[in-house]
Amino acid sequence: MSRDELIRQGRLEASDEEEARRSFFTSRLEALVNWGRKNSLWPMPLGTACCAIELMATVGPRYDLARFGAEALRFSPRQCDVMIVAGTITKKMAPVARRIYEQMPNPKWVIAMGACASSGGMFRSYPTVQGVDEIIPVDLYVPGCPPRPEALILAIMELQKRIERERVAVS
Amino acid sequence: MQVRRHRITWWERLYLPAVVHALGITLRHIFRRKITMQYPEERWNFPDYFRGFPGLVRDQFGRSKCVACYLCEWVCPPKAIHIEAEELPAGDKVEKQPRVFEINMLRCINCGYCEEVCPEQAIFMTRQFEFVAPTRGELIFGKERLLEMGGVRQDPILKWEGK
Repeated sequence: MSRDELIRQGRLEASDEEEARRSFFTSRLEALVNWGRKNSLWPMPLGTACCAIELMATVGPRYDLARFGAEALRFSPRQCDVMIVAGTITKKMAPVARRIYEQMPNPKWVIAMGACASSGGMFRSYPTVQGVDEIIPVDLYVPGCPPRPEALILAIMELQKRIERERVAVS
Repeated sequence: MQVRRHRITWWERLYLPAVVHALGITLRHIFRRKITMQYPEERWNFPDYFRGFPGLVRDQFGRSKCVACYLCEWVCPPKAIHIEAEELPAGDKVEKQPRVFEINMLRCINCGYCEEVCPEQAIFMTRQFEFVAPTRGELIFGKERLLEMGGVRQDPILKWEGK
């Protein structure tokens, strides 16, 4: 039933509407879901090389990733939201990385941290995967060898911005 | 080797003493000096030798100093640099300049060899290191972007002025 029809039948007065506008705060459910998701990112540390040391520094007290709600590093992919690929992915490690990604529940995001994970870096050779995007979809790339904790925090902040804009699938 | 297993006593099995001990550590840290850096607002003051990503520089006359000698491309360990040279019109003091100068920041390992090898002092390691992009293509920086990163560097020698 439309608003005009309700007013015509006397079941809704214009003042009621005004009252309602003043007493309720409405938003989309999507905004709430995204707010929850972006402030509780649990990273999966796939640390295979020296970038993992920088990743640990990022979570440590000096840079404190907990300020962004992402301090709970979980070593079980079942509990993770964002996979941080920190290090060289070799051809032998590739199936493992893919499997870890597949084990993570949706929604999930991937940050390729550092030169090796993003593009193969200086390991232009046959045993190295030339960029982790050959095996898993990557959301953000962070250059650096290794990237400083600031750069990783910037990536987490950028990811939070992207999650905020995301559409939650409604069916 | 035989491993002696420690049987936990009833006092240890309570776990409460351990919890209290841990809370004591937390309490002690509350009154300590706070060391967390509030990153986006607060930044670390980098020492002079800090190497970020490389950038091209201009001299005080606004000319790009690079003469496309390919030395940096040759020395670059991860082969992140890609140069295509072009000839400058006759009458110019310099013969060559890069038509395309690209550095793939995702390959770059911040080693500083390009700065070290450059005979024209045209490429320098900048202090910039925070880049994030959703695609790999966005992190391949072209000539304009690199010149913007490097800025202007006063050149006291002016090697090409006397020619």
